[in-house]
Amino acid sequence: MSTPQSPSRQEVEDLLYEEAALLDEWRLDDWLELLTENAVYEVPPTDVPEGDSRNTLFIIADDAVRIRSRVKQLLGKSAWAENPRSRTRRIISNVRVLGVEHENTLVTANFVVHRMRYESVDTYVGRYNYKLVRREGALKIRERRAVLDNEALRPHGKISFIL
Amino acid sequence: MKQSDEAFIMEDQEAGLFRVNRRAFTDSQCLEQERRRIFDKCWIYVGHESEVPHAGDYRSRNVAGRPLILVRGDDSIVRVLLNTCTHRGAMVCRQKSGNAKTFQCPYHAWTFNSRGQLVGVPGEESYSDGFKRDDMELAAPARVDSYRGFIFACFDPAGQTLYDYLAGAREYIDLVADQSALGMKIVSGQQSYSARANWKLLVENSYDGYHGLPTHQRYFGFLGDIGIDFKNSTLTSPPRQKPVDLGNGHAVVEYQSAWGRPIAHWVPPFGEDRKAHFAEVRRQFEERFGPDRARRICETSRNLGIFPNLVINDIMAITVRTFYPVTPDYMEVNAWALAPMDESAEDSALRLDSFLTFLGPGGFATPDDVEMLESCQRGFANREVAWSDISRGMKLEHPSITDELQMRAFWRRWNHLMTEPQIRRARKAA
Repeated sequence: MSTPQSPSRQEVEDLLYEEAALLDEWRLDDWLELLTENAVYEVPPTDVPEGDSRNTLFIIADDAVRIRSRVKQLLGKSAWAENPRSRTRRIISNVRVLGVEHENTLVTANFVVHRMRYESVDTYVGRYNYKLVRREGALKIRERRAVLDNEALRPHGKISFIL
Repeated sequence: MKQSDEAFIMEDQEAGLFRVNRRAFTDSQCLEQERRRIFDKCWIYVGHESEVPHAGDYRSRNVAGRPLILVRGDDSIVRVLLNTCTHRGAMVCRQKSGNAKTFQCPYHAWTFNSRGQLVGVPGEESYSDGFKRDDMELAAPARVDSYRGFIFACFDPAGQTLYDYLAGAREYIDLVADQSALGMKIVSGQQSYSARANWKLLVENSYDGYHGLPTHQRYFGFLGDIGIDFKNSTLTSPPRQKPVDLGNGHAVVEYQSAWGRPIAHWVPPFGEDRKAHFAEVRRQFEERFGPDRARRICETSRNLGIFPNLVINDIMAITVRTFYPVTPDYMEVNAWALAPMDESAEDSALRLDSFLTFLGPGGFATPDDVEMLESCQRGFANREVAWSDISRGMKLEHPSITDELQMRAFWRRWNHLMTEPQIRRARKAA
C-alpha cells in the first residue's frame, strides 16, 4: 500500500483561494464542485470551539444533504437573511499543511471574513480546519470547520452566508 | 378607534382592534422604564440547575443587565450571587465557567467561599471593630427560586412567589420537564448572538404562527426536500391547535407540527431503523402519563413565552432562549438546547441535528427571523406610522396559532407594569 503524498502548500493555497473567491462571488454551485459527495461543514459554538457536533450544540453542522440544501436556499429567493445578498470579502492566510491522516490531508488556515450589509460591516475572525482528499487527481474538501475567535455573534446576529 | 400619542397600547374590544405604539420599540426613556418596572420587578431566568451539577461548579453570566454568578455551593445549594466585590467593586469571578472552592477578588484579594461568605481579608487587623465579615458577603438578588430545574431571580423583595408568578406557564414547563424521569439538562454549547432590534420583537416572533409560512418558506422547502409533507399537518384547525393566555403576561401556542420531534414523534428523515425505538419511547410515556398527556408531550409542539424574556420552544428540539436589551434597537440573545438527562448518545445526536435544521444563528430559520426583526426596527424610523397592529383574531371565538392572542397577553401585562406606577401616583394625588 502506498502512502498518499501530502499536497504542497501551494496546491492547498490554490484550492483555498479559489474557494474564497467562489464564495465571495456567490458562485455557490461552483463551490459545491470543490466538495466531496460526503462533505461536512461545521461552525462550533463560540464557547466550545473544539466540541463534537454529536454532543454539543453547534451553530452549523451540515452534512452533504444540508450543505446542498443550504446552497439551494441561498440561491433561491426566500432566504431573506441573504436576500438582498451580503457582500463578503475573505482574507485567508497562515495556511499550514499539518499532515496526512488516513487519506485526508489536514490543513489549517486563518480567516478574516468581512460581511457588508445595510451599511454595517461585521467581521468574522477565526481558523479553518480542513480535511482534504484527492479525487481523480484533484484536491477536494471532505470537511471544513470554521472555528470562530469571536466570543459571540455580536453584533453579527447570524451566519446566514457560507462562512 | 381613538389613538392617543401618550398611550403605549390602544385596545378597542368592541371593534376588535389592538395597537401598540412603536415608541415602545424605539424610545430610550421607555427602555429605562422597562429596566426599572419590568426587569427589576419580575422573575428573570438565570439558568438551569443542570449547568452547575457538582459542588463548586459555577457559571458567570449577564442577567437583566447585571453580571451574576450561578454557583452550586459546597453545601450543594444552588445560589445566584452578584458578581461584584463588596469591598470596592471588582468582579470576583472572571471566568465564564469552572469549579472553585473560593472566589478571590484579584484587586485586593478578598476571598469569598462558594456560598458567597467572606472568608479572607488581607490585613484584617487594620479594620475597626465595627467591620464585620458577615456584613460583607457577596450580595444576592432579593429572591432566587427554581421551578423544575429552571432558576429565576427577582430583584424585588415584594411580590408573587415564583410558583404563583409562573401561573399557567407551569403546565407547559411540566410538559417539557416531564420528558425524562431523571430530569432535563442543558446541552453543552451556547448560541450567543444578537439582533439589531428591540427585544419585544423577539418576544412576539418566538410564538408567532402567522409569520411561519412567509418568513420560513425556505425551511418548509427543505422539509419537503427531505420527505416531510407539511401542507396538511402544520396548520391543523382549532381547537387541536391554539394560542393560550397563561396569565401574568405568559402565553403559549400549542399545535400539531409537521416536523419530527426527537422525544418521540418519528418522521421518515429520522430513519426507518429508528422507528421502533420511537414507538417504544411513546409507549413508555403512555405508561407514565396516560394516552392524552403522552400525545401532548410527544406530538404537539409548544412555543412558550414566559414574561418578560424567557422562551422555551419545544418544537423540532427544545430551545431555551433568553434575551436582554442593550439599547432600544439592539438586544443580546443566548440560546441553549435542553434534553433528557438520560438520553442516549445516538438520540442526542439526532436531537442536535434536528435543532440545527431550524434553530440558531446558522439554522435554516432563525437567521430569517433576525432579518425580519431588524427590518421592523429599520421601518420604525418612519415615525409618521406610529402604531403597529396586533389585532388578528381578536373577535374569533376559537383563535388559532396564526392569530395574535398570545402577543396581546404579553402586551397587556407589559402595559400594566409600565403604566401602573403613574396611575397609582395620579390616584394618590387625586
